[in-house]
Amino acid sequence: MEKTMEPALAVSDLNVEILGENGAFPVVSEMSLSVRPGETVCIVGESGCGKSMTALSLLRLLPDSARVASGSIRIHGEDFLAMDRRQVEDFRGDKIAMIFQEPLSALNPVLTIGEQIAESVRQHRRLGRREAFARAVKCLELVQMPDPERRARQYPHELSGGMRQRAMIALALACEPKIIIADEPTTALDVTVQAQILGLISDLQKRLGTAQILITHDLGVVAEIADRVIVMYAGRRVEECSVYELFENPIHPYTIGLMGAVPHRDRTKATPERLTDIPGTVPPLWHLPKGCAFAPRCPGASARCLEERPPFLEKKPGHFAACWEHDNA
Amino acid sequence: MPDAAAPLLSVENLKVHFAIRSGVFQRQVGEVKAVDGVSFSIGSSETLGLVGESGCGKSTTGLALMGLVKATDGHIAMQGAEDVTQMRSIPQSYRRRMQIIFQDPFSSLNPRQRVRDIIRAPLDIHGIGTVEERRAEVARLMSLVGLRPDQAENFPHQFSGGQRQRIGIARALALKPDIIVCDEPVSALDVSVQAQILNLLADLQKELGLSYLFISHDLGVVEHVSHRVAVMYLGKIVETGSKEVIFTKPLHPYSELLLRSAPAHDPRKRHKFSAVSDDIPSATRKPAGCAFHTRCPLATDICRQIEPRLERKGDGQSVACHHR
Repeated sequence: MEKTMEPALAVSDLNVEILGENGAFPVVSEMSLSVRPGETVCIVGESGCGKSMTALSLLRLLPDSARVASGSIRIHGEDFLAMDRRQVEDFRGDKIAMIFQEPLSALNPVLTIGEQIAESVRQHRRLGRREAFARAVKCLELVQMPDPERRARQYPHELSGGMRQRAMIALALACEPKIIIADEPTTALDVTVQAQILGLISDLQKRLGTAQILITHDLGVVAEIADRVIVMYAGRRVEECSVYELFENPIHPYTIGLMGAVPHRDRTKATPERLTDIPGTVPPLWHLPKGCAFAPRCPGASARCLEERPPFLEKKPGHFAACWEHDNA
Repeated sequence: MPDAAAPLLSVENLKVHFAIRSGVFQRQVGEVKAVDGVSFSIGSSETLGLVGESGCGKSTTGLALMGLVKATDGHIAMQGAEDVTQMRSIPQSYRRRMQIIFQDPFSSLNPRQRVRDIIRAPLDIHGIGTVEERRAEVARLMSLVGLRPDQAENFPHQFSGGQRQRIGIARALALKPDIIVCDEPVSALDVSVQAQILNLLADLQKELGLSYLFISHDLGVVEHVSHRVAVMYLGKIVETGSKEVIFTKPLHPYSELLLRSAPAHDPRKRHKFSAVSDDIPSATRKPAGCAFHTRCPLATDICRQIEPRLERKGDGQSVACHHR
């Protein structure tokens, strides 16, 4: 693994806010992350934790109602947020690309799969129509689409869910970007197809050495594919460490709660009678508690947790968390 | 405890076929056999997990039991009651004993109704109790599912997803049913809330002696809640048995594939998932013979021609496969 290389993507102190009727409120706060070539970083959290907003801001695809308030995003050392629209369009698809959750709504329904991939290639490379289409077929081969010549001439609705997701991965890879952002790439798929797509994503990464950020709510997917993991809660990082550390020595009570809440198949342990649920629900982002956002649901919360927000600190080498009580324990 | 001697509900050879119509005169041009000869039984206080991937007919099976889609053929019988499938309309005495919880807690509650009216509706329809008694019953049901009775005047949009699912559960419990069909009841919820609802369903089963038909695509959830499991593929049950048997020594190649595909939840035991796509058929173009033969590593000529029947293998396990 090329772990010592410069990060392909480096985000530091990113703040994203939504402009609501009653002023702006933060959806992503103090987000920093870096991904090196060949590395997969998973961002995990529940709905509304800011993981998808993080992904969209990395591609400068935020909706009009949201904006980056501060922070920096560097792609291969270049300041992505300072670029004008043309430069962004040159970068997007070429250096950094995205795989969306819903291939049916992310693909254009009136163009064939081949045309869509060719279009993306022609945007960035000086190629003729025929050459671009040939390239599209090559991309479909790369993602192991069965019968790629024929599939390239079909429309998205003619493909099954799994094949559509393969088509979308082919589209993302068309210009061989060095950074891939995947937002819940297997959530809409059946479990047997999910297994194939996860297999495909890790095969491709080994071959192409891309830097990957994978957004998911599914800890099973994290266990299968991540090198490093960032756990988000209410717009902030609460824990970051290697995937092994996360599953073996989680620090943050939210992470520990999530692990206990998922019924999963582990043949070495008897299935527990009861799951350890986390009481209450995620607070709305426009009405966050004063101290630690997780404190109202936390079994170990102290008076300080309710008053002061814990800083995100390195608790042991390579293992970061935002929790007051861990220091006391 | 599961009572195998006298099942509470028995379903035999249930079929639900939908016509495919086309053209100006809406002539029938084909048929989708969404549920094609499904048999199972559920004992009292027992949970039968019905697991399979999208389009396998698991939800249609649940809807047919509720009479929400019409069964084309088959028998559905409740202990001490008659077969309801052949009747014009399903009698209230049957409906009272079987209720349903839906997947989407947003679309399954009327946004214009107050929570008390939603939960009370079954009591009104079945004419149970006086107005005062019904009001008291709504309050009792709300506390039973972990809602505050003083929220009874609120509308569904004032609740979170997990709370809404609790409202749906309270409504399903109003008639004191014997069986609840749970159609993907936690699939739309975040994991932390999902655990709350699964724990609630387990507590209710213990307290009230309920039986569940638990329909889900999530193997982890099914393994957690079920006593027995039935695996469905393209309209048929391909394997059934106790949870322990299905999850530790499955016989059907499709059950094996499902278990192999589930993520491990342990980064030190990663799978080597194959990226190769296989030919996944759908209910509209169901392969001849064994429907799974297009994806099956064991398939031979007999599988392409003759459909295997569900056969007992001992240990309470049954499997529909020529090679097992």
